Amino acid sequence: MFLLGFCHYIRQEHKPLVFIDHRHRIMALERPGSAQKQPSKLRWGELDEDDGEDLDFLLPPRQVIGPDNNGIKKVIEYKFNDDGHKVKITTTTRVRKLAKARFSKRAIERRAWAKFGDAVHEDVGSRLTMVSTEEILLERPRAPGSKGEEKAAGDALGQLGKGGAVLMVCRTCGKKGDHWTSRCPYKDLAPPTESFVDKPPGSDTVVASGGTKGAYVPPSMRAGAERPAGSDMRRRNEENSVRVTNLSEDTREPDLLELFRTFGPVSRVYVAIDQKTGVSRGFGFVNFVSKEDAERAIMKLNGYGYDNLILRVEWATPRAN
Amino acid sequence: MGKTNLLLNDGQLLLLLLRRSKSSSFLQLNFRQSKAKMRPILMKGHERPLTFLKYNRDGDLLFSCAKDHTPTVWFADNGERLGTYAGHNGAVWCCDVSRDSTRLITGSADQSAKLWDVQSGTQLFTFSFDSPARAVDFAVGDKLAVITTDPFMGLTSAIHVKRIAADPDDQVGDSVLVLKGPQGRINRAVWGPLNKTIISAGEDAVVRIWDTETGKLLQENDKEVGHKKTVTSLAKSTDGSHFLTGSLDKSAKLWDSRSLTLIKTYFTERPVNAVAMSPLLNHVVLGGGQDASAVTTTDHRAGKFEAKFYDKILQEEIGGVKGHFGPINALAFNPDGKSFSSGGEDGYVRLHHFDPDYFKIPSI
Repeated sequence: MFLLGFCHYIRQEHKPLVFIDHRHRIMALERPGSAQKQPSKLRWGELDEDDGEDLDFLLPPRQVIGPDNNGIKKVIEYKFNDDGHKVKITTTTRVRKLAKARFSKRAIERRAWAKFGDAVHEDVGSRLTMVSTEEILLERPRAPGSKGEEKAAGDALGQLGKGGAVLMVCRTCGKKGDHWTSRCPYKDLAPPTESFVDKPPGSDTVVASGGTKGAYVPPSMRAGAERPAGSDMRRRNEENSVRVTNLSEDTREPDLLELFRTFGPVSRVYVAIDQKTGVSRGFGFVNFVSKEDAERAIMKLNGYGYDNLILRVEWATPRAN
Repeated sequence: MGKTNLLLNDGQLLLLLLRRSKSSSFLQLNFRQSKAKMRPILMKGHERPLTFLKYNRDGDLLFSCAKDHTPTVWFADNGERLGTYAGHNGAVWCCDVSRDSTRLITGSADQSAKLWDVQSGTQLFTFSFDSPARAVDFAVGDKLAVITTDPFMGLTSAIHVKRIAADPDDQVGDSVLVLKGPQGRINRAVWGPLNKTIISAGEDAVVRIWDTETGKLLQENDKEVGHKKTVTSLAKSTDGSHFLTGSLDKSAKLWDSRSLTLIKTYFTERPVNAVAMSPLLNHVVLGGGQDASAVTTTDHRAGKFEAKFYDKILQEEIGGVKGHFGPINALAFNPDGKSFSSGGEDGYVRLHHFDPDYFKIPSI
């Protein structure tokens, strides 16, 4: 007994390019007078070609049984093998209908068209056509029919905002009175809240100029280059630096100074401003002269309500890298 | 049902809407259950951005044009490449295939339009112009073809009508009719009902209807309701009664082919480069994305490179299909409505066969 693989190519509508391998072919070798089974590797393509001798008329005719209700089809054939023994080959195949594909007669003819152009000399490995490894969902933004309700709810909130009871400020893009954070159209663009950028934009002017040999260093950062006077101010490498996040966009550096100077002498205040829009990005840094003052400020002001927002105040620890 | 809906007046449509909103909870339930999943087939036969996609009438062949010089034909069921049409010497902008799938016409930036034998890939005829050819379209009956040419070196844009001979040996290059007038490029020109008119749209954002007998301009769309920026794409419905235009003004509009009245407008948040209409369901698909030149400087999530599905009648977005790494330049629906393909600036054609759940999407 040995198994013989056979491939059926069945066109299927929703998963094209799928070769369904029905390995249900069982082949039985029946050799009169010999119980010994000979495991030989036959290729199915060779089966028809082996009849060198004209003894085929001695063999019983080919029989086809089925396919039955379960789709099992049996084909019984007889032939002589290399040793001259008569062999009965029973091929059992399961026939399964996978999909109905309606093709016009013309389309079936076109299937058999010879390839032309670049497609003739196509490498097997070129893999021009591939099935996507990821499943693509037809993503729906909302359940159909719910648009009206959503709009109504939005209006209600909008009304509140206009009444002055709630100030609508988007924490993602900093827009005021336009939408809520959860509905921000630029939500995708916002950095994830946890991995908040430590450095304000433009602060990373300090580049480790040593060590990275061969890397390009802008002329302004090369050793000995003149630095603009302001660049020192924007550096955030001093100690006792405190990061303040969730600031309202109205908050400017003087406001922050006002708030933090009560804890002790402040050496630097910085509020991150979006360079394009000129609007505060909602976070800033305060540097204290003494560490104790900074500690106290964090203790007192973390969670402090400031301009309708709850401040988050913490040590501006440099990122671990 | 959809076609009749289009003809309803506003009051009746409102009634339908109301009826629908009552049963919205049911619809939502239904929506959660069904999630249309697809495993698209990716075809990477082109080395440059795709420009146009076209299925033949039987829906078994898919023709793709790209800025590389060789249009390609694929089997539309499994994405296998059947052949390429070599001979153009510039970007190929547009193509059309005859109803019996024997002839292919392509318009290219090499200032020519070519007729091809679909089966063998041999060139049958070359129409030469003095400026790049942009849009091509066979008329009903395949005896005529319209070819538009771009403004170039002082020449204005033009729409040429050519006679297509049954026997390629009898083919001549003379134009039956040349239409001139619109400023700027004409991005698409298609035949109207019964070949009596030609509908054109392009850079000047105006949709025009021309008489094919006299060559006169019959209609221009109402400026009030029309597009504000370049019309990039135009797709006819299966029966030709209405057509959809996509524009860089981030909207797509549905027009009546005869009266040129605006039926619907679909707003989106990206410039629309390609449009397609489902022949089976009341769905329109819009593809686009930010300008290719801005892609590298912005976040990929902001590019909005999905193909967006809209309900044709409610003008409501019903879904998006992601996948491309660049803006979508071409969209085409299989004539059986069960699959669609999109071609992107990324050089890929993505062939999507819909999941059975897609057909369960509630529609009015």
